[in-house]
Amino acid sequence: MNRKKTKLKPTTLVTPPREVSPPRQQLFKDHRRLGFSNTVLVLVILFLFMPLFVVITYSFNASKGMRWTGFSLQWYYKLLFESRQLWKAFLNSFIIAITSSLVATFLGALAAVGIKWYRFKARSYIQIISFLPMILPEVIIGISMLIFFSAVKIPLGMFSIFVAHTTFNLPFVLLLVSARLDEFDFSIIEAARDLGATERQGLTKVIIPSIVPALLSSMLMAITMSLEDFVITFFVAGPGSTTLPLYVYSMIRYGVSPVVNALSLILVLAIMVMALTFRRFLKTIAASS
Amino acid sequence: MNRARRSGLIYSAPMGLWLTLFFLVPLSIIVLYSFLKKGLYGGVEWQFTLNAYKEMFNPAFMRVLWRTLWVSVVATSITLLLALPCGYAMARSRHQIFWLALVIVPFWTNSLIRIYAWIAILSSEGFVNELLRSLGLIKESLSLIYNQGAVITVLVYVNIPFAILPLFTTIDKFDFQLLEAARDLGATKRKAIFSVLLPSIKSGVITALIFTFIPIFGAYTTPLLVGGKDSYMIGNIIVDQVTKTRNWPLASAFSLIITLLSTLGVVWMLVSSQQERVQNKRGVL
Repeated sequence: MNRKKTKLKPTTLVTPPREVSPPRQQLFKDHRRLGFSNTVLVLVILFLFMPLFVVITYSFNASKGMRWTGFSLQWYYKLLFESRQLWKAFLNSFIIAITSSLVATFLGALAAVGIKWYRFKARSYIQIISFLPMILPEVIIGISMLIFFSAVKIPLGMFSIFVAHTTFNLPFVLLLVSARLDEFDFSIIEAARDLGATERQGLTKVIIPSIVPALLSSMLMAITMSLEDFVITFFVAGPGSTTLPLYVYSMIRYGVSPVVNALSLILVLAIMVMALTFRRFLKTIAASS
Repeated sequence: MNRARRSGLIYSAPMGLWLTLFFLVPLSIIVLYSFLKKGLYGGVEWQFTLNAYKEMFNPAFMRVLWRTLWVSVVATSITLLLALPCGYAMARSRHQIFWLALVIVPFWTNSLIRIYAWIAILSSEGFVNELLRSLGLIKESLSLIYNQGAVITVLVYVNIPFAILPLFTTIDKFDFQLLEAARDLGATKRKAIFSVLLPSIKSGVITALIFTFIPIFGAYTTPLLVGGKDSYMIGNIIVDQVTKTRNWPLASAFSLIITLLSTLGVVWMLVSSQQERVQNKRGVL
């Protein structure tokens, strides 16, 4: 990065970047310092991927256990054609992920606009209440919702899961969209208003188009979190509303399951494709989680 | 002005109402229930009592609470010590997006799958034991799982992205010329890092600390799946009180304690980032 800067503006008075004329000893030291943190980084990445890699490798194992007996695709066959329950659970997860992320993105983005640009009485109340769900352990959110649903007699099922997922997704949407609005120049809205745009036109023609990337990344994040959630769903799910994580839980409760190995590969691949597609937003997403 | 006030409220009200109804009200019910009498088959009876809080001081629960605290401190420390150099290396890298993707992909992978992967590796018929056996190094399986070590390893594994991401974000904003300036003024490498870099990324460190400590403190799935009989944590106790013992007031009381702890953490985080902002402003002036 430094090198680029000097190429562009060779005459500026910024401190000369180290690469230009470093005392030899300092260069050595810097190298070692970066060496240390880089080594830790590479080791941590290996640590993060190693378990997934092992499981994926054994999804091609001919036998059931973790002793390698030969290559086979039978577990993929089983996963794709003989796991009707699993795919039903996946469908449930998918429906909830889409609906809850849509609602959360809509409500969260609207609120972000309100909180960023206007001052009103309930503003700090909304800010605080949207912060806590992010930090509270999932067990607490799950149990409080379970107790709530049973107190107001809402039956546990797809609807209660949808409500729970929308609730834990809202704060992240708010955060992501607010971050985007921080960069947004409010005078553009004023200009639009001066030129005769109504409040609604200002929203639909100016604000929304300019925050589309933030909306997309919030939706993406909400969908992933919804598909991923086990603990909260565990409490608010009812009969017939098993989601994919709940189904996986029932499969792994008693040890190694080769079908889950095969599923891991598919999930990791899907997430890789997603991360690649949305690579432009990864930094914003990192900033909000 | 009046008009602006109204629009702000109109925009924010739907989310505010949603969170009030589905987050604040459930939390308030928990507060209420913790002061009520336990119902026979779950639920509560409408009778004020402090029984739930008295029951908390049961020595068995205190042991679990103590263990939870201890495990959380160890796992959080390991996580932060690993995450700091990672965030630093990522922020200084030319390939930030590449490293971010590498952290985010496992992070987004279903946490159950990730915990399961550890079961597949560590269990008695798992990857490590089968490997060692096939190499003829062991005859009996090593017991690598269902103990405290496995719980801590997996807790670190699951939570480390929560620490890396905020640390990366803060360090990325840090002006590294300040470090160079400190070095030019004669500071040693260590001194530059400890008295220039660390103080200015304090809010990021606190965020990382809270975002790892609180989920670990409330962990449920990890101790359940890779822990043994003596690795039960407070999260497991709470769930058991709801689903097995059906003592909702006690579960509520425990939940309330964790909620208060988390709220304190959030306040600390907000205050420290506020302070930093004020300091930065002063620096500019």
